[in-house]
Amino acid sequence: MAAEDMAQGGGGKPWWFWPLVLFFFCFVLGIIAVLAGVGGGVLYVPLVSGFFPFHIDFVRGAGLMVALAGALAAGPGLLRRNLASLRLALPVAIIASTCSIGGAMLGLYLSSLDPNIVQACLGGTIVGIAVLLLCSKNTANPVVTKQDAIGMALGIHGVYKDESLGQMVEWKTHRTLLGLIMFIFIGVLAGMFGLGAGWANVPVLNLLMGVPLKISVATSKFLLSITDTSAAWIYMNQGCVIPLMAIPSIVGLMLGSFVGVRLLTKAKPTFIRYMVIGVLFFAGLKALDKGLGLGFLG
Amino acid sequence: MSTELEQKAAPRPEQITYANLLQYGAWTGIVLMLITYTLYMAGVLEPHVPIDLVVTNWNHGIHEYIAATNSPVGWEWLALLDKGDFVNFIGLALLAVMTIICYLVLLPGYLKRGNKIYATICILEILVLCLAASGILGSGGH
Repeated sequence: MAAEDMAQGGGGKPWWFWPLVLFFFCFVLGIIAVLAGVGGGVLYVPLVSGFFPFHIDFVRGAGLMVALAGALAAGPGLLRRNLASLRLALPVAIIASTCSIGGAMLGLYLSSLDPNIVQACLGGTIVGIAVLLLCSKNTANPVVTKQDAIGMALGIHGVYKDESLGQMVEWKTHRTLLGLIMFIFIGVLAGMFGLGAGWANVPVLNLLMGVPLKISVATSKFLLSITDTSAAWIYMNQGCVIPLMAIPSIVGLMLGSFVGVRLLTKAKPTFIRYMVIGVLFFAGLKALDKGLGLGFLG
Repeated sequence: MSTELEQKAAPRPEQITYANLLQYGAWTGIVLMLITYTLYMAGVLEPHVPIDLVVTNWNHGIHEYIAATNSPVGWEWLALLDKGDFVNFIGLALLAVMTIICYLVLLPGYLKRGNKIYATICILEILVLCLAASGILGSGGH
């Protein structure tokens, strides 16, 4: 029985095989994630749960730590350049982080009933994200004619220098309440599936609340450091973070991100974007296939 | 006008404080993880759960894994810091605690300036994160 378990758990490979492969896999993932402008978690969770022998509980725990580490590393630079706005992030973060706790607990509960439920829901969500990325057209500097009362009361406004236009751009928010409500769902999804939620933060901040794209992207990345912290604690306290697999994932993804940043100027963003959308479709369908037990994708 | 805008475009002091603190904490955590993982892999510190047992069980759900490996839950890992596997949690926990520390540093500034809304948001966020970190929550499936 133990030999059978070992064969299943390690796939017949020596113990160091999977952490090593995971490190290189995450290194490549880190490069791709930066070039595509997505967080690591959204690629990490479906791909690792689909193609590695780890249970989805551990993949989600490691996924949150991966997203958290990436956000913590990027956050300081973005805050110093005033691209990530603390005034915008703080009100949004309290909602998203509270709801991500609920999402994490729900995810662990569903997984204890049947991990395939979480796997199938994850697959559906990832396919949805791929469709969202395919269809969404971001706006560099949305026009906000009048700030709403909540945005004004919270003082959510700012100025940034748009290097491409060579001018200072003033920004403020509208539809702030609706935006804050959307972060309830974003928080739940982030906690439930262990995903960094940049894919959802940016459209809500940019398209709904009227925040310039650069501020949305930067604030979203910083926001993950707060949202993912609360869910990460839930997973850590439950024992879902195994250092043997989590640390090669974190380190690999971070090193890959550094390389990705260096390649950013040479890459063709459109190609990378469509490649990532393709990978997300594939990863989502694989997770759906696994969750529903269809076996079409191996 | 342009000078005024440029002044507005500069980050607020609390934002710089937050950034500095986050940078030191995040990189300390990552360096700690690299060191402790090396100690773990090199076998300098004996692990609480033998690596073979981890590999045998990482394809099982968390219930089965905890039972099979006698792994700690909540903050029980603190008692196992002399073990190669659980010493890694120092770096992991530091990453997860940095946001709480940053908010604790932000709070006095908001209170001093009488910014009640942001002070309240800070207090609530600290409470939420402490609750998540406490280990009280998340036992639904167990």
